[in-house]
Amino acid sequence: MQLFASSLRISLVLMLLCGVVYNLAATGIAQTLMPHRASGSLIEEDGRIVGSELIGQTFTEPRWFHGRLSSIGYAADGSGTPNYAPSNPDLLERARQSALDWQAANPDVPLSEVPLDLVTNSGSGLDPDISPQGARVQIPRVSAATGIPQAELEQLVERHTAPRRLGLFGEPTVNVLELNLALREAASK
Amino acid sequence: MMAGLSIAITLLLVLLLAKPAGLYLYRAYSLEPTGLDRVFGPAERLIYRLGGIRPGSQSWKAYAAALIVSNGVMLLLVYAVFRTQAYLPLNPSGIANMEPRLAFNTTISFMTNTNLQHYSGESGLSYLSQMIAIVFMMFVSPATGLCAAMAFMRGLAGKPMGHFFVDLVRSITRVLLPIAFVLALVFVALGVPQTLEPSAAAQTLEGGEQTIARGPVASLLAIKELGNNGGGHMGVNSAHPFENPDAISNLLQMLLMLLVPTALPFAYGKLVGNPKQGRVLFVSMALLFVVMLGVSLTAEQEANPAIAALGYDSGQGSMEGKETRFGVPQSALYSVVTTASETGAVNSMHDSFTPLGGMVPLMNMMLNTVFGGSGVGLMNVLLYALMAVFLSGLMVGRTPEFLGKKLEGREMKLIALTLLVQPALILLPTAAALYAYPDTISNPGYHGLTQALYEFTSSAANNGSGFEGLGDNTPFWNLSTGIVMYLGRYVSIITLLAVAGSLAAKKAVPETIGTFRTDSATFGAVFLGTVLIVGALTYFPSLVLGPIAEQLTLKP
Repeated sequence: MQLFASSLRISLVLMLLCGVVYNLAATGIAQTLMPHRASGSLIEEDGRIVGSELIGQTFTEPRWFHGRLSSIGYAADGSGTPNYAPSNPDLLERARQSALDWQAANPDVPLSEVPLDLVTNSGSGLDPDISPQGARVQIPRVSAATGIPQAELEQLVERHTAPRRLGLFGEPTVNVLELNLALREAASK
Repeated sequence: MMAGLSIAITLLLVLLLAKPAGLYLYRAYSLEPTGLDRVFGPAERLIYRLGGIRPGSQSWKAYAAALIVSNGVMLLLVYAVFRTQAYLPLNPSGIANMEPRLAFNTTISFMTNTNLQHYSGESGLSYLSQMIAIVFMMFVSPATGLCAAMAFMRGLAGKPMGHFFVDLVRSITRVLLPIAFVLALVFVALGVPQTLEPSAAAQTLEGGEQTIARGPVASLLAIKELGNNGGGHMGVNSAHPFENPDAISNLLQMLLMLLVPTALPFAYGKLVGNPKQGRVLFVSMALLFVVMLGVSLTAEQEANPAIAALGYDSGQGSMEGKETRFGVPQSALYSVVTTASETGAVNSMHDSFTPLGGMVPLMNMMLNTVFGGSGVGLMNVLLYALMAVFLSGLMVGRTPEFLGKKLEGREMKLIALTLLVQPALILLPTAAALYAYPDTISNPGYHGLTQALYEFTSSAANNGSGFEGLGDNTPFWNLSTGIVMYLGRYVSIITLLAVAGSLAAKKAVPETIGTFRTDSATFGAVFLGTVLIVGALTYFPSLVLGPIAEQLTLKP
């Protein structure tokens, strides 16, 4: 009984320390020193939120650069993937369909140049990035739809390519939302 | 090339941190006064006073009883929070109370350091629950594991067992809380949210609506990795860009996961007064780790042959279920780290890995000796070490000794029992699930068997990662994995504390020329052989039926 009582007391003390004090102290400091990061790296335009730097969104029209496949349609109130096993027939069916869709929308670019990140579901369903090659192969389509010369789009992709971290870690990426924001600005000129 | 270098640097950093961290752990739990008392003493004495604790040394039985009872009380408290979260404050998104069987599963999951998640964080838990239930348990659960390991090692070294509550408090004040706090702020700087504001509503470029879930993620993330917990704030865990924004946050997460598990062998060597004892175990485990990593990287580098055959540029490798910023190398590495350290965080979907790439995490969890989780990992390693000593003793016809104590019938019975429990907890329920609930399995064929096998392996090893296609929020899965997690955690803790208590009570026998030394490379080899033979005999058939069969049937 004495063991039970001290267990209860110590549990409540630790719940207060680790559950409340730790979390609130971290929140307070983070919000004071790094409010933009701590609030989700939101991108605002004229007081309206257009998204987050870190969260992908759906792009379907030919005039945008497209992100990765997302079985949840980039619904960021949740996250998820279909978790297809490599042997799952549905995965093959989807990959076949992606090939047909690609050829219909990008007649100038052969499949052999399309990297796999463009035709696979990301881990989160919210991947904000594609590979630089994944962006480059979309240039002919975007150029045709927007009238922006291909050379200018190539520069745009180049400028929005983030290198490996410290030149070493991870993969080079292109943030699709930021690229498309820049694209929209270029198109309005 | 870059990938290889980045992996080598990651492992080098792990190596550099392990020894100093191990010596720090040794000092932090020292039964003698140390300089650390001056720093942490005042806060700790306050906690002891508030908690009504009188420090002193306990018998192994009192220590184990305190561990079980206190964890039981914590289970009840957190269960109550989950069941009433709708009525409690800090619930800006209006989340409902958790269903009883799901709450049963979730509570045990977090108390046992498993963090198997049958709910989705964004929609299943209020911010208050994330804080006072999830994060609270993410501290006390690894703290409990560390206590058990310290007591076990003290027993082996023939020292007093120590006091459970003192060890518990020290785990938090001296190890987990300070490191987690600093890292939480570093994670925010890298882009991880830390806010109590509700979800943000965005208007997308194409004119759609997007609700962006956020929350106090960074503080949870830091202790999730440091404590080898693994449960994510977000449903997809560290694959979510908020929970792992770039390759640097990814690197830090891996270093955090391996920090305590790789440090413990060095703490052990120091505690038993012979650093070589710890070093030989560290090197053996590191070898296993490197082999596993090699298999995983090789397997994942290959794109799915059926997809590659459609004519894509398949140079990126197996990208289904992986994030662009990590790519194949950092995803494969993370999967090996998270299962070696029994953390269970994921930055890519193991269910979508190539069959052999998915088999590596499974094997890590089955062996449960490639470093292993906070505290309990080393206990499991020492269990195999005792087994190796026993087998060697049998071969030369000598009573086996470990650290100068004779291993006799009583200890070996406890060890054999512990060794039998894990496969029973994995294989029997897997068979039951395949027979009775095939409808919960999402992928057809051999992979379906792997899904069920992975779920119970993860539960029994208290890892918590999953083949997440499994429809696991059902009464069957919630109750069965809940029971498996509980037994997987506490049976081995109690039996091994009993072994330590029994050894500590024995008189030391003097070392002679005939003593089988446990600090040599020979012993490392015998230890590895024991791990692999026991593991292979137990699990190989199930691996053949699952991932190996699937790999053989993948065709272009």
